[in-house]
Amino acid sequence: MRDELSRSGKGQAMEEYNFAYLDEQTKRMIRRALLKGMAVPGYQVPFASREMPMPYGWGTGGVQVSAAVMVPEDCFKVIDQGADDTTNAVSIRRFFERTAGVAVTERTGEATVIQTRHRIPEQPLEEGQILVYQVPIPEPLRFLEPSEVETRKMHALEEYGLMHVKLYEDIARHGEISTSYAYPVKVEGRYVMDPSPIPKFDNPKLRMAAIQLFGAGREQRIYALPPWCEVVSLDFEDYPFQASRADHDCDLCGAEGSYLDEVITDDAGGRMFVCSDTDFCAGRRDAGHLGRLGATEDVA
Amino acid sequence: MITVENVTKTFTLHNQGGAVIPVMEGASLTVAPGECVALVGASGSGKSTLMRMIYGNYLAASGVIAVGDVDVARAAPREILALRREVLGYVSQFLRVVPRVPTREVVAEPLLALGMARADALVRAEALLAQLNIPERLWELSPTTFSGGEQQRVNIARGFAHEYPALLLDEPTASLDAVNREVVLTLIERAKERGAAIVGIFHDVEARDRVCDRVIDVTGFTPARVA
Amino acid sequence: MKDIAVTEPLLRVEGLSKSYGRRIGCENVGFDLWPGEVMGIVGESGSGKTTLLNCLAGHLAPDTGRVLFDTDAGMVDTVTMSEPARRMLGRTDWAFVHQHAQDGLRMNVSAGGNVGERLMAVGARHYRDIREKAVDWLDRVEIAEDRMDDRPTAFSGGMRQRLQIARNLVTGPRLVFMDEPTGGLDVSVQARLLDLLRGLVREMGLSAIIVTHDLAVVRLLADRLMVMKSGQVVETGLTDQVLDDPQHGYTQLLVSSVLQV
Repeated sequence: MRDELSRSGKGQAMEEYNFAYLDEQTKRMIRRALLKGMAVPGYQVPFASREMPMPYGWGTGGVQVSAAVMVPEDCFKVIDQGADDTTNAVSIRRFFERTAGVAVTERTGEATVIQTRHRIPEQPLEEGQILVYQVPIPEPLRFLEPSEVETRKMHALEEYGLMHVKLYEDIARHGEISTSYAYPVKVEGRYVMDPSPIPKFDNPKLRMAAIQLFGAGREQRIYALPPWCEVVSLDFEDYPFQASRADHDCDLCGAEGSYLDEVITDDAGGRMFVCSDTDFCAGRRDAGHLGRLGATEDVA
Repeated sequence: MITVENVTKTFTLHNQGGAVIPVMEGASLTVAPGECVALVGASGSGKSTLMRMIYGNYLAASGVIAVGDVDVARAAPREILALRREVLGYVSQFLRVVPRVPTREVVAEPLLALGMARADALVRAEALLAQLNIPERLWELSPTTFSGGEQQRVNIARGFAHEYPALLLDEPTASLDAVNREVVLTLIERAKERGAAIVGIFHDVEARDRVCDRVIDVTGFTPARVA
Repeated sequence: MKDIAVTEPLLRVEGLSKSYGRRIGCENVGFDLWPGEVMGIVGESGSGKTTLLNCLAGHLAPDTGRVLFDTDAGMVDTVTMSEPARRMLGRTDWAFVHQHAQDGLRMNVSAGGNVGERLMAVGARHYRDIREKAVDWLDRVEIAEDRMDDRPTAFSGGMRQRLQIARNLVTGPRLVFMDEPTGGLDVSVQARLLDLLRGLVREMGLSAIIVTHDLAVVRLLADRLMVMKSGQVVETGLTDQVLDDPQHGYTQLLVSSVLQV
């Protein structure tokens, strides 16, 4: 399989597979689930997840959703924790280059379909763009209520007290809501949803112009947020939601409001903070912004 | 206040060949407010049985047992519960309480059940315990660990905590010393003065003669035994 | 007499039956429960008392019969009411104390969180208020404040059971179902729990239905008794009357089979 992949040339789709790998019946099935998800924002729609040529946990849900929405004219971008150049992002990007022959990019603004693992790009998305999330565990109530039958019933009957028990436990144990990623949200005043393990810093961005689609391959669930639908992060009156980030500027591009990764640079306690969104950071540096270490670092 | 008319009682022993044992027949008595009536008769003649029937503890087979305006022989459980809470007190020979509950609370409980404020109920309970010479250091302890005489006095305090219009006393002075016996007899006299109708069993003849206005021999209600 | 003035019972059960295939769970059970009353259901294992309790509490659907509960809209049949409404009842006016505390608790959530859950389930969203209420309730069931952030896995059996009771009573229910609440506890712990339950029942004016095989428990807790055998109610009455002057052969056997209660 990998041999075949590597033999086929860049920008030229493989002939052995249907466009974007999945057969049309499967895509139709997934699109129906996506439409249902769009119609009922935040509701987890079951779908018949297929075996994909990659292990569960590597984005099989996201890949199936991307395959189902992709058209030949699309320009595709993949990020993993904000970065375009990690193994996972590169593999998935190449997978669609070869099976769909679509154009690919690292530029957020140029992409029409962006598949993401654990981040929302810094640059605001626009109408016409689609953001596809890879979701490991779609059920926000799972860790407190192991029964799927029971959690489905709780969603159906809007019994969401349990979600606050989790936040309560956070405060009781850590003095604040320590949940820092996969922070639960309520969609359109109805369904409580796991926004996938994005940092809670990204939660306010969930209300956006683009379509957001969530795919959980192993758990066989799809859910969606239509443009501009209302997404509220759960909290307590006396412990309001806070979109936290490291209290630094990016050491490369000097950005003050972006989400940062901490990078250990030596074994003597040296470290730096850099934008987790590599495209955003590179764009700023191209525009002449420089951070504390921007001049001395290799900007590749 | 208390009227018993033509009451019969049988025990059916289903597990001993369904033997039916008649224990009472044609029992009748009346007790007016302010009156104390003693039940007498040999052991096994049915004094306790009759008293238990008046309290609703034993079911009467037929007849009428009127306490105030409730026929205990026919009343629904909740009517009897209300009757016991408000009208009909009972001092039994045995103390039956939840272990671990302090004596003060045991005595105050009938008052709390009536909705009296906790502080007031405890004050009343303490006054009675003091009157009955239960040492103050025991008030916080459970009466389950007390001696027979102490338990008896706790039971009496509990029975007199609320001023019931009708009272049943089963051997209230048994196992008491002279001093406490005097206290109990005074309590009974006070209850009569305020108009309580009392039915009692007293083996203590002197005590019986002092507080009782009449004596009813229950032997007359004992059915002829078929051997 | 004040309580007699109440004209509607809190709970009215009519012709309740449940069978498992050809085996009878409970058959044609009916009774009224009045506000403030505690009713005991006794019988041996397999007599149908737990089936009955589960039917009453809406955990099992009975085959026939009605379970009417006094709501704002009058007496409503909880068997035919919608599931959301019944579940709402289950976390507001009703409470259920399981025999095994772990069935009624979230073992991976702190004691405070366990008590707070019912509050959050009915919309409480102020952390400090929730915590204050939890502290108050833990205190009422004699769990020290410094244990409130511990998980029930670190608690003894008696503490767990008390925690379960606090968790159930925090929203001020009117009717509590209890399935062998003192089962499996040491005798001394049982006594403490009984004392606690009695106090709470009186202070809160609770009504309760307690299933147990322990006649000593009902003697101390229940106003009324229902004796079950093979799914049938064979005798009902005042607790002390049923225990001291049992009328039915089975009750006589039951009472004479236990050590003096």
